[in-house]
Amino acid sequence: MIHSLFLINNVGDLFLEKHWKSVISRSVCDYFFEAREKAVEPENVPPVIHTPHHYLINIYREKIFFVSVIQTEVPPLFVIEFLHQVAETFQDYFGECSETTINDNVVIVYELLEEMLDNGFPLATESNILKELIRPPTTLRSMVNTITGISNIGQTLPAGQLSSIPWRRAGVKYSNNEAYFDVVEEIDAILDKSGSTVFAEIQGGIDACVKLSGMPDLTLSFMNPRLLDDVSFHPCVRYKRWESEKVISFIPPDGNFQLMSYHVSAQNLVAIPVYVKQNISFFESGPSGRLDITVGPKQTMGKTVECVVVTIHMPKVVLSANLNATQGTYNYDPVTKVLMWDIGKLNPQKLPNLKGSLSLQSGAPKPEEIPNLNIDLKIQQLAISGLKVNQLEMFGEKYKPFKGVKYVTKAGKFQVRM
Amino acid sequence: MLGMSANSVSYNDQGSVESGVDAVQESIPTTTNLGLFGAEFKNYIQTLESLLVLMPVSKMNGTIAGLRSDAVGAMRSALVSAENLQLTLKTDLSSEDRALTNKHSCGSQEKLNKGNDDLKEMLESNKESLKLDAMRRVVELIAKGKNASHLFPAVVKNVASKNIELKKLVYVYLVRYAEEQQDLALLSISTFQRALKEPNQLIRASALRVLSSIRVPIIVPIMMLAIKEAATDLSPYVRKTAAHAIQKLYSTTLGLLLEKRLVAGSVVMAFEEVCPDRIDLIHKNYRKLCNLLVDVEEWGQVVIIHMLTRYARTQFVSPWRDDAQFDENNEKAFYDSEEEKRKDQSISYIMDPDHRLLLRNTKPLLQSRNTAVVMAVAQLYWHLAPKHEVSIVTKSLVRLLRSHREVQYIVLQNIATMSIQRKGMFEPFMKSFYVRSTDATHIKTLKLEILTNLANEANISTILREFQTYVKSQDKAFAAATIQAIGRCATDISEVTDSCLNGLVLLLSNRDETVVAESVVVIKKLLQTQPSQHSDIIKHMAKLFDNITVPMARASILWLMGEYCENVPKIAPDVLRKMAKNFTSEEDIVKLQTVNLAAKLYLTNSKQTKLLTQYILNLGKYDQNYDIRDRTRFIRQLIVPNEKSGALSKYARRILMASKPAPVLQSAFKDRDRFQLGTLSHTLNATATGYLELSDWPAVAPDQSVRNVEVVEPVKETGALALGKSKPAKSEKKFYSDSEQEEGSNSEDSSSSSSSEESGSESESEEDSQESKKSSSQSENSSSDSSDSDKKKKTQRNKKLQQQKSASNDRKQKNGSAVKVDTKSGSESGSESSLSENSSESGSGSEPDSDSDSGTDQKTKAKHKPVKSKPVSKVDQKKEVSLLDLDDFSPAPLTTPKRSILSPSLLSDLQGLSIATSGSALQASSPVFVPETSHELLHRMTGKGLSAQYRFTRQPCIYGNNMVSLQLTLSNSSDQALENIHISERSSTGQDIHRFNTIDVFSISPERLEPQASVTVSMGADFNDSTQAANFQLCTKEDEFSVSIQPAVGELLLPVTMSEPDFTKEQSKLVGMNESSATISMAPDNVSSQSINRKVVSVANLGVLTSDQDTIHRFAGKTVSSGSLVLVSVTLRDSDALVTINTEKTVIASMLLRQLKTALTNSAT
Repeated sequence: MIHSLFLINNVGDLFLEKHWKSVISRSVCDYFFEAREKAVEPENVPPVIHTPHHYLINIYREKIFFVSVIQTEVPPLFVIEFLHQVAETFQDYFGECSETTINDNVVIVYELLEEMLDNGFPLATESNILKELIRPPTTLRSMVNTITGISNIGQTLPAGQLSSIPWRRAGVKYSNNEAYFDVVEEIDAILDKSGSTVFAEIQGGIDACVKLSGMPDLTLSFMNPRLLDDVSFHPCVRYKRWESEKVISFIPPDGNFQLMSYHVSAQNLVAIPVYVKQNISFFESGPSGRLDITVGPKQTMGKTVECVVVTIHMPKVVLSANLNATQGTYNYDPVTKVLMWDIGKLNPQKLPNLKGSLSLQSGAPKPEEIPNLNIDLKIQQLAISGLKVNQLEMFGEKYKPFKGVKYVTKAGKFQVRM
Repeated sequence: MLGMSANSVSYNDQGSVESGVDAVQESIPTTTNLGLFGAEFKNYIQTLESLLVLMPVSKMNGTIAGLRSDAVGAMRSALVSAENLQLTLKTDLSSEDRALTNKHSCGSQEKLNKGNDDLKEMLESNKESLKLDAMRRVVELIAKGKNASHLFPAVVKNVASKNIELKKLVYVYLVRYAEEQQDLALLSISTFQRALKEPNQLIRASALRVLSSIRVPIIVPIMMLAIKEAATDLSPYVRKTAAHAIQKLYSTTLGLLLEKRLVAGSVVMAFEEVCPDRIDLIHKNYRKLCNLLVDVEEWGQVVIIHMLTRYARTQFVSPWRDDAQFDENNEKAFYDSEEEKRKDQSISYIMDPDHRLLLRNTKPLLQSRNTAVVMAVAQLYWHLAPKHEVSIVTKSLVRLLRSHREVQYIVLQNIATMSIQRKGMFEPFMKSFYVRSTDATHIKTLKLEILTNLANEANISTILREFQTYVKSQDKAFAAATIQAIGRCATDISEVTDSCLNGLVLLLSNRDETVVAESVVVIKKLLQTQPSQHSDIIKHMAKLFDNITVPMARASILWLMGEYCENVPKIAPDVLRKMAKNFTSEEDIVKLQTVNLAAKLYLTNSKQTKLLTQYILNLGKYDQNYDIRDRTRFIRQLIVPNEKSGALSKYARRILMASKPAPVLQSAFKDRDRFQLGTLSHTLNATATGYLELSDWPAVAPDQSVRNVEVVEPVKETGALALGKSKPAKSEKKFYSDSEQEEGSNSEDSSSSSSSEESGSESESEEDSQESKKSSSQSENSSSDSSDSDKKKKTQRNKKLQQQKSASNDRKQKNGSAVKVDTKSGSESGSESSLSENSSESGSGSEPDSDSDSGTDQKTKAKHKPVKSKPVSKVDQKKEVSLLDLDDFSPAPLTTPKRSILSPSLLSDLQGLSIATSGSALQASSPVFVPETSHELLHRMTGKGLSAQYRFTRQPCIYGNNMVSLQLTLSNSSDQALENIHISERSSTGQDIHRFNTIDVFSISPERLEPQASVTVSMGADFNDSTQAANFQLCTKEDEFSVSIQPAVGELLLPVTMSEPDFTKEQSKLVGMNESSATISMAPDNVSSQSINRKVVSVANLGVLTSDQDTIHRFAGKTVSSGSLVLVSVTLRDSDALVTINTEKTVIASMLLRQLKTALTNSAT
């Protein structure tokens, strides 16, 4: 399946290679570089590249290209999904997945890759199992390791590997038993110029941080499970119980994981928490344009809208911006042509406004198109769909865990067209 | 150093030690003699010994790798010739047989059977000839299908014989019976191992062949060793046999490995790598794979699903034809008479139950978090499911669009292919494909592609409006693609062609060149469809011509001019003039079109353009590009009449000015579906290395019995488990069935407060663990017991299961569909068949989760029940509803919201499984009917505000196997909260009442029942199979109330599923004292089978047996406490009916009979 893996950074340096079968010369990446060149933007590189003898399947994450070499037919999603899991594992192990961290931990990276793939076929991708096989680096451990010479590779086969619950490691012990659940909802929306909704939907997920000793068996129930239209679960969730009772029953993995993700049925109208009044115009005569944006709260269920950021990808001809913000700060990057206005909290009494002029490249014709606004926001303690967790029960263990649920609403792909 | 010491030690022995190996061999006997150096020497020996052990291993490792690759290659090539070989062998045998039969032609069957006694003696005799004779007769027996297994010990002894013929015959015998007599077969293994070292290559080979044909898992390692050795054999014949042996070994191990779900994925992976076309290896494992699928790790799932897709396409017939009829038939079959069903069967399509199994078991995987799994299921449904079922994958695929960019790319590609064929699938989700400015270009174009595919008359205006925004996009490549898309919409949907054209013409004044150029190209294509009315547009384009620099666009305009020069007679020559001026500086493509234009104008308007044409032709003649030179020459010959080309030039006008068919604008994904979706080849739109084409559906389904797995003696464990499977369905169910309403406790901020109360949890979990311990030990005992003593019974039962299964399959087919049977509450065959299917199919899948399938099936059934049974308990229904009205959060008022009480931990899952094994072989089934009637337990007046009602849930009780499960609804109508509600320990009359679990009551309403709140809890009571009332106290903190529950006799039963022959067999055992019967005159509206069924099941919790006869209705159940069978049959005779009850419990029988009589004679419902 997966023959080799090359990691290539943003600039085009190949900084790590790993082969699971015979060694494939790194010159195979030339095809990739060619495609990379052609695509201009790194996002535009086609995920599957066909070369005379190999197929290159790549993903772009955290400014790193993960390029895998395939020789025979394989479901491309299989590879893509795996590569993303590799990236996630790196993130999990090193805090961030970047060229520096990978280079700092080359040995662990290699050990991980060796465990994750055997002869090209995924072997262990479950983070709990990997962590038992190869312990993640911590400052203390690396110090101890250097002094004592003990390696950070587990001696025994993780018990979970053979049990029927491979996602949970055995013998978990905590002095404080706690389970936290974050219900995070994202609004994907496209608004048109007049502010009416072209398209809006809510995608949610429940991120869990479960630190419970032993083998707890949890049951999470909702007040209004019928809101959920389409769901996908962590493998630990008993699907049958969801089907029959609409409760989520599971033996959790240890630590952080995403329990489920869901889609709120399209029939429900999506409350759009903010409105935007915008006016961007460019003048034919004189190298200038005008910009005037006001953001205000709309349906927020009485909660404050925080962390509001407006991002605009300006046309290429915009050289600089001379603006005045009544609240927050703005920043225009003349290289990437991105105008970013960080508003912060929305104050309903005094609406934030950004106003001023744009200077255009002289001589260039006025830009035809008007850029779109991308909005980022956050509302604490609110799930915009109205989803509510009813209760969490625990079976199988005797202690009393501390439980908590948090709701957050965020803007997903929230776009205002002009 | 060691070598040194060895020398110094062994110098006594004079023999110099050449090599370590020799040293060991020589010095082992001397160890005892060495007193002084003993210890040191021993160490030395140990090292060498380990070395010795290591050596062949390392050598072997080398050979394994080599062997594997060699052998795999050899395997395929050798396949054919090997078959030939076997053929010859067989013919030999048969000729031998023939000879034998000739010899014994007088020997009748009886004689043969009689003669078997002396066979043993003959085999054990010393004379070779006698033995040979005996063996021949044995082989004859085998050939005739007679059982000769009792001779096994005697035969096996002869395997060591020197006589080759005798040996061969013994081999034949061994291959046949080794599987059944594993222990004894193992005795002969050593002989084979010796035979493998024989100088005679034939013996070596046949020994290996037989060895590998003995499909006994235990000898796999020996086989492996033997194969390794044989692979390096000098004789090519032996090597060839070795190659074959690998295959056999492979199929043995395949089955062996699949036992564990951890392994399954990797095994299939290996299968795909080594021998993907050996479909025959899958047959036996098919059902196992299907059932394991949910529990296999993600990566394995992907591989297995892809493999099963290919498998299914070769094994099942297409579900795609006669879809409409299929549906229709489905409805009809339930109600129509038998004969009609048969008729329908012949013409309609019936899905193979295995096919259905695959679809059903993959469906939950759509909820996987792994995108590759979801995609794999989606493609499986696309390629295998009936057309009307495919759309269930839509939602999940759309969900994947939220994932990473790369995932989106692949998924969108697949959706694009799907949306061409099935617009309806994705149309409701059209808006999910709207493009965002932040999407990557290739994502944008794919979304555009899908939107275009989805366009129809109804949504075209929305789509076009959306496209208008896209045209303005900063991403020029994307804008150009949008224009193409608009063009496609315009050709596809004739209503909008004009408005699209106008829109495109407007775009011609766009400032961006790519947009304009693309518009021109698209307009050109559009105009071709209806050229006459569009001279305005052509003129407009001619005006723009000077400003357009993109070659393709210029060429397009020129072509348009030429094609429609008659519509624009004034402008065309002018354009040609302009072109003539700067012909040399144009791009090739423009030059070609200029030449074309010139030629066409020459033909239509030679007066004005003759000179211009000649000028252009001259320029073209000396052009650098040979295409243009060629074209010029050709055109000149064609249009300029001269003596040489007289014939053709006559037709010049017809040739050049022929009306051209309009180009078809079509999707790039048009014929992508020739590749299996989700594959690399599909993504690339080219066959990737190693791509295996999906075969077409076979016209006639291959034999489906190949997938039947016989339960053979040696795998008793799995057999027993398969039996046990019948019950988990029941025990599993209890997690779901006992309901508890917790709506009363809807605390507003439950988010945080949910964590608060967990007070009683300790006691519960303790109980749980105790229970599980008890039951597990129980089950251990009983399972070991049964596996030891009941071997024969078990196999019989297994066979029965098999029969039952096939019977139920038949029945299914009669019903016309295997699809809806389960969901239709009316047909009992559904539950039965799904049960038995499960029990026989899931064979060794000992995973706790895998068996839950039938549980939910039933669950859904059970859920359906109350709705259906409404008319029966109309009066009580009202009460129930009013009760439920208290809980305003109840999502569906009729089905009481259900939540499990027992911890559904894996442990208890297992426990359920093991309890089941210990139980009787009867298959418990779900209740056919659950009455909604609730009875008053405590009136609120006597209860000082606390009122209680109970009803029978007819589910197996979660507190104990012999308890009747009850649902207790407690409500507080007083104005103060009631605290600490419980049942007192003191139960008076020997009945064992399980107090309802305090934990669950109070974790919902913290220690107390608030005023006006009500709560539903479950409890269990062991009535000891008597209708005596159970008395107990219901206590609150302050008060105690004596209450009693008197069960109806029908509630003391649990339904049981059994086949009709089983029923009659059991019935015949329970005669005389145990039978009570009565003849009753039926109420006229009760004679239909449905109403009888309804009546009976409403009185008693019995399972309904499907029967072929219309006049006899059979019901089966068992008492909850003692588990004794209760069999009820109702035989119709005109207006009378004979009700017979067979059971050991005579009291129950008489009471039940009385109740049934009243129920069946009363016509009122």
